[in-house]
Amino acid sequence: MEAVVFIFSLLDCCALIFLSVYFIITLSDLECDYINARSCCSKLNKWVIPEMIGHSIVTVLMLVSLHWFIFLLNLPVVTWNIYRFIMVPSGNMGVFDPTEIHNRGQLKSHMKEAMIKLGFHLLCFFMYLYSMILALIND
Amino acid sequence: MSQPGTPGAPAGLQAHNGAASASGAPYSNGPVPSAMMSSHIAVNQGYNSQLPGSYPHLLPAKTLNPASGQSSYHASQGSGQAFHRPPVASHPVGPSLHSGPVPQMLPPASQSPAAGPRLPGGFPPGSSPLPPVNWQHSPPSLAPQASHCPPAPSQPTVLGNTHLSAHHQYVPSGDPSLQNSCATSGSALPLRNPPLPTTFQPGAPPGPPPAGGPPLVRALAPQKASLRAAPQPSFNAAVNQEGITSNTNNGSMMVHSSYDAIEGGGFLATPQLATKNPQMSQGVGYAYPSLPPGYQNTTPPSSATGMPSSSLNYPSGPQAFPQTSLGANHLTASMSGLSLHPEGLRVVNLLQERKILPATPLQPPAPNLHEDIQKLNCNPELFRCTLTSIPQTQALLNKAKLPLGLLLHPFKDLVQLPVVTSSTIVRCRSCRTYINPFVSFLDQRRWKCNLCYRVNDVPEEFMYNPLTRVYGEPHRRPEVQNATIEFMAPSEYMLRPPQPPVYLFVFDVSHNAVETGYLNSVCQSLLDNLDLLPGNTRTKIGFITFDSTIHFYSLQEGLSQPQMLIISDIDDIFIPMPENLLVNLNESKELVQSLLKTLPQMFTKSLETQSALGPALQAAFKLMSPTGGRMSVFQTQLPTLGVGALKPREEPNQRTSAKEIHLTPSTDFYKKLALDCSGQQVAVDLFLLSGQYSDLASLGCISRYSAGSVYYYPSYHHQHNPVQVQKLQKELQRYLTRKIGFEAVMRIRCTKGLSIHTFHGNFFVRSTDLLSLPNVNPDAGYAVQMSVGESLTDTQLVSFQSALLYTSSKGERRIRVHTLCLPVVSTLNEVFLGADVQAISGLLANMAVDRSITASLSDARDALVNAVIDSLSAYRSSVLSNQQPGLMVPFSLRLFPLFVLALLKQKSFQTGTNARLDERIFAMCQVKNQPLVYLMLTTHPSLYRVDNLSDEGALNINDRTIPQPPVLQLSVENLSRDGAFLMDAGSVLMLWIGKNCAQNFLTQVLGVQNYASIPQTMTELPDLDTPESARTIAFISWLREQRPFFPILYIIRDESPMKANFLQNMVEDRTESALSYYEFLLHIQQQVNK
Repeated sequence: MEAVVFIFSLLDCCALIFLSVYFIITLSDLECDYINARSCCSKLNKWVIPEMIGHSIVTVLMLVSLHWFIFLLNLPVVTWNIYRFIMVPSGNMGVFDPTEIHNRGQLKSHMKEAMIKLGFHLLCFFMYLYSMILALIND
Repeated sequence: MSQPGTPGAPAGLQAHNGAASASGAPYSNGPVPSAMMSSHIAVNQGYNSQLPGSYPHLLPAKTLNPASGQSSYHASQGSGQAFHRPPVASHPVGPSLHSGPVPQMLPPASQSPAAGPRLPGGFPPGSSPLPPVNWQHSPPSLAPQASHCPPAPSQPTVLGNTHLSAHHQYVPSGDPSLQNSCATSGSALPLRNPPLPTTFQPGAPPGPPPAGGPPLVRALAPQKASLRAAPQPSFNAAVNQEGITSNTNNGSMMVHSSYDAIEGGGFLATPQLATKNPQMSQGVGYAYPSLPPGYQNTTPPSSATGMPSSSLNYPSGPQAFPQTSLGANHLTASMSGLSLHPEGLRVVNLLQERKILPATPLQPPAPNLHEDIQKLNCNPELFRCTLTSIPQTQALLNKAKLPLGLLLHPFKDLVQLPVVTSSTIVRCRSCRTYINPFVSFLDQRRWKCNLCYRVNDVPEEFMYNPLTRVYGEPHRRPEVQNATIEFMAPSEYMLRPPQPPVYLFVFDVSHNAVETGYLNSVCQSLLDNLDLLPGNTRTKIGFITFDSTIHFYSLQEGLSQPQMLIISDIDDIFIPMPENLLVNLNESKELVQSLLKTLPQMFTKSLETQSALGPALQAAFKLMSPTGGRMSVFQTQLPTLGVGALKPREEPNQRTSAKEIHLTPSTDFYKKLALDCSGQQVAVDLFLLSGQYSDLASLGCISRYSAGSVYYYPSYHHQHNPVQVQKLQKELQRYLTRKIGFEAVMRIRCTKGLSIHTFHGNFFVRSTDLLSLPNVNPDAGYAVQMSVGESLTDTQLVSFQSALLYTSSKGERRIRVHTLCLPVVSTLNEVFLGADVQAISGLLANMAVDRSITASLSDARDALVNAVIDSLSAYRSSVLSNQQPGLMVPFSLRLFPLFVLALLKQKSFQTGTNARLDERIFAMCQVKNQPLVYLMLTTHPSLYRVDNLSDEGALNINDRTIPQPPVLQLSVENLSRDGAFLMDAGSVLMLWIGKNCAQNFLTQVLGVQNYASIPQTMTELPDLDTPESARTIAFISWLREQRPFFPILYIIRDESPMKANFLQNMVEDRTESALSYYEFLLHIQQQVNK
């Protein structure tokens, strides 16, 4: 059972890593002027909710399977994701707003955020991998 | 379109005109595209005879020319220019081409021997835009030049011709509309022409048309006839083949003969050239011919034909120009700055000096640059930086606590604008910067970009200077002589053929709208200005009205009256007939007129109270998306139906608390639609005429991101509020007739090391530095914030360049480039000395608007106050050595606290119950969209006492005496009951009459018997035949002339409703919720000295 939980988390984590990489690529495309703000933001906004859900599922799974440490590790990031989503001002077109993204260094902060998330997911990935192997061995 | 000429045109610009004509018309300074193009066409084809026909006034000009045939074509060119700026015409045009007469006008050229031939071309001596000092030729090259004088002149002509041919290629690519422009310019010409003849002395025999002339004339005739109809392609084709050859020949001849006339000597080269030219130009076509080696050697010298005196003027190598000269002179310049303005270095104790407001309007500070560079610098009205001395590092900037940013007014109506038509636009190969006055020429063939420091080659075409008609002087080209210049863009700058001007009007006709009666005024204004709408024969116009349904109007040609189509399915909008809803204005003018006449009556009985603005906007967008254009939306209430419906959010009781107000849009519908519009080159201008809350915060997005503008007329009513009616009429008049640029983009580049991180204004930032402006209008200002990325220690100058690429209403693609150059400094003191307090306040206001939207109003207010406190404490702790008591500020920032206090009391940021939410948001829109000058006037109006105007210190303009009363501080203590005071708040003028105002003023100026008989709403001064009245009116009209729009004058007596507005602008006084100026100073002092 334990192994199944971690295999699922591993897969989910992989997806999140890919998503982070996708965010970074798209944002840097915008930075380099390969795409315009409108298409960049609509691309990214599409993935904000999947990312949030994907991450929440793992976190909840960890809580359910009573892996406290991993749960607590994930909790701040999940909270941040949800907070960011909820706090979008009513007039904006999502977390990434094409009219704002070039202002006040938002692009840079989005980039930084995506990088940090990538690092975090990589860390989680190895943690799940280790836990999974451990669980498989124990079985 | 109508840019008045000024007599006192800067020499540089005039020179360009000359240049224009010299090179066979590539340049003109008129902003008016049409004339330019028309002249081009004429030129290229040698359609001389056509012009005389249409422009009778030109004839004399033509006849002047000794070199008859060709000269006539020049005359036509000249006319084109004269058209733009009549008074100037005397030098510009004539000189270069009609070189014959010119020399007589010009005093002997003092600059250089080479200038002999050159000067007449374009530089009126004395006013020569660039003193030779700047442009240094290496001495060795001078010598050979001298010896080879004759070939040199010949060279230019060759180039000139090729130039022409190159130029040709643009013509065909240009749109049909170009030809139409002939017509317009022609009609306008006679008016402006008269000055021309003065330039050219009659006496020369009327020249027979050039060889190529006659056939071409015939070609033109049909063209002319069909001007209003679709252009004829054959026209262009003919040009290419015939025009060139004949032209080139003539051109060379002409030039030579005129040279002869000037110098009294013949050129050996002349005959050869004449024969050579056709071959060369044909062979080369686009580019300049590669020159025979002999020429290459000889040409550079030519510029300095045995000029012993000039060699003095050119002491060092060319590359020395910007950097070295600056470097060397930097110190002296700053020293001289010191001696000239000891004021500027003074430290001011604000608590002791109460009278800090200068009596004359505040001038922007001049950057501390060598005067030769400064002379070339961009006009501060167009391009302004908050710090005229750029700090070397971000650390230094952070220390100064002053915002670094630019304020732009790129599309301002200009009296003088050099326009360059050239086949290649010279730009840096890596950063795409346009060549500008601040680049350095390493040698004749290479220039170094001043933004990215890349070394670029000077293209062959650029070596020829049409201004002087000398080869090998790239640094004298108009591009390198003007910080503000406009290029005619070749087809590489078009993603699609230039769009026609398209105007769509969307009217709210719900019951509420009909009640206000706005349709009458708007339709009347439109009727009056229909012919003045900027455009050409391609202009399209359309109308949509809406209440709970959407009404389209078919204006198909041939219909006896407009046909109305009603779409009631607002959930799924479709366009009933795509063909005839947007129609050609010229073809359907009668239908349009009849529609405008009937429209106000059509809905008088409407009882429909709902408003489906969202669907109407969608419909309008669909209608316009194939072409792009301008959509003018008139709305009188909160939209209640369909997509984009809004709910009232304003709660009057909560106005006091700064936290709870809704400054953010409630839906993203308008933003999304605006971005769609932006993508299809549609700009939406919103006219909101509403008594109740209409959620401008949400509605405004539609204009904000589509680069439109917002107009707001609170409580508009045709009977109850005549003042608003008048305001709407005046503003519509301006709105409909002002210049407009379509499908525009703007890019702002800055020297490597600086980076732009935030943009303010109405547009969409499409990619990192590309602003998408579906429409650009001359009344819009923009601001950007910058940071210093990498250290600027190894450079002494930084430059900023804004390039605005747009399609003019005549269908030409044009690029308007402004370049600003500023020094870099390394000490905090210098940063403070160079601070531009108006620009800083303007930028802070923009930042505060952003802050109030993203955070809250109180945050924004705190941020404004902190900006003052932080910068002044930085000054106190880092610059002032001895800590004196009081509030010590650098002279440059002495008005900073005052302006910030004024901002705090401005409608956007004030607290208190008297600001309605929509008015506040409108004020914020204005902050973001207004050019700095008007923003500062609205924030901190100028107050004058006008009951005792005298001629002392008066200005004299064109025989008019304009009194210059001193600017008073905005405090009630300066008002007195026995005076009359004029407050100039940018878009409004308020004349407050004191209760005991002198009887003399009442009768002589206001034309009333006593105070009590001043009418409640009086918005005009009677034109009385008294000196007092004349002075007052002269002063007021002088104030009005300085701005493109028409500020309404309110005459206010004690009981007038406007009195509150007047007193509210007394920013130095205490109000219920805000500090007085002195209290504010004390507060700041307390914080600074902490």
